[in-house]
Amino acid sequence: MSTIFFKQKPRIVGWYSVAGKKESEGPLGQTFSRVVRDEYFGEKTHEGAERKFFVTAIQGAIQSAEIQPDIVFAGDLLNQIVSSSFAMREIGLPYVGVYGACSTMALSLLVAATFVDSGAVHHAVAAAGSHFATAERQYRTPLEFGNQRPPSSQWTVTGAGATFLSDDKQKSHIAVTCGTIGRVVDFGVKDVNNMGAAMAPAAADTLARHFENTKTKPSDYDAIFSGDLGRIGEEALRDLLKDKGYDLGENYYDCGKLIYSAKQKVDMGGSGCGCSAVTLNGFILDKFKKGEYHKILFMATGALLSPTTTFQGESTPGIANAVVIEEVEA
Amino acid sequence: MDQAEYAEYIKKITPKSKIWGSLLRAFVVGGLICLLGEGLGALYKMWLPNYDQTQIGALVSSTLIFLAAVLTGIGVYDKIGYFAGGGSVVPITGFSNSITSAAMEFRKEGIIFGTCANMFKIAGPVIVVGVAIAMLCGFGYFIVGLFL
Repeated sequence: MSTIFFKQKPRIVGWYSVAGKKESEGPLGQTFSRVVRDEYFGEKTHEGAERKFFVTAIQGAIQSAEIQPDIVFAGDLLNQIVSSSFAMREIGLPYVGVYGACSTMALSLLVAATFVDSGAVHHAVAAAGSHFATAERQYRTPLEFGNQRPPSSQWTVTGAGATFLSDDKQKSHIAVTCGTIGRVVDFGVKDVNNMGAAMAPAAADTLARHFENTKTKPSDYDAIFSGDLGRIGEEALRDLLKDKGYDLGENYYDCGKLIYSAKQKVDMGGSGCGCSAVTLNGFILDKFKKGEYHKILFMATGALLSPTTTFQGESTPGIANAVVIEEVEA
Repeated sequence: MDQAEYAEYIKKITPKSKIWGSLLRAFVVGGLICLLGEGLGALYKMWLPNYDQTQIGALVSSTLIFLAAVLTGIGVYDKIGYFAGGGSVVPITGFSNSITSAAMEFRKEGIIFGTCANMFKIAGPVIVVGVAIAMLCGFGYFIVGLFL
């Protein structure tokens, strides 16, 4: 099964997104709660900046919910998920670090919803984020190194997003009603500059299982979002699902494709934990607030590689976690 | 789709680098860097008539390395590299850029464990392979010399 149905329907009572300069210049620029144009965010290092993005997002979500949470679930891309942990050093709330590579926003949301649904906690925050410069350093080359990016590459989003979940049914009519936990799927893609291709099979697996377990079809949702498949991954996901008998149709979008415009030289689109995190906690949840969305499927995808596994010749396994967000009676 | 079919399918839908445009840009920028080197050589020869060709060559190389390091430091060389590709990676300026950029990137971890430990991160393999190949060639030259 591995699709969790939340009987209590944990409510989304607050959200916050903070994004960088390049993101603010993209098509979603107006949807972020806050834009920070300084890539260092006033800190000495990019790692410090990434932490500050986290602190800002989590505190922003807490402020927008006007409740003190019992626990925070967060994760990022850096080794030992230091950005989330160090951010929580500052925030001081009970914290569980989660890692699902770029699928972390959906994963932390799923875990938070499970905690709230079970009654273990009343209020929980789920967060994820990334920074272009820290990801480049960890996975690729120094920033000032003059090389070309292959056309299949993607651009790591600078930003963080946080969602506040609560068992208080009066506070909101937007709820997390169910979600499907991903399987680790590896189709043997070894090109580290083609993450979309590596993640698409996992995305197809999660979506197919989700549709089957929930007895829904793509057209039952106002929109279906994938996290950061980019242009290649999106096309591959559509075709892989067609093989499984599902047509994603017109209402499927990829956050990686939405966040930047073609003029921004990002090749296949955005990526990173922050990509789906800032899109969910801005563009998507705002649409619920405006009443334009009633039910959506949010699926973030992650490539579970490390530079070590890549150099040792391993292929890139992918994972995708999906969450259903829908309008319910307040 | 099985793994092999998927690999074939991905190859089909993945956009390829525009080879002719890339080659042309690499040729023009790489050529301009070499032209600059030649120009510098002519200037040095004019200013320093007593220097021989080897000394002039060393002066030209050092000047190009210095210029590329400065351009890396002020954030220009990566833009040249984005445009020119191999045209600005292959000449000695690219070598300079790979070392300077790594030195800058890891400066935050301190001089010893940051800059010193990481500055040859990209250039290191090139140096190792260069030295190893030079040794092999030298050995081959020596063996051939024994029979001539």
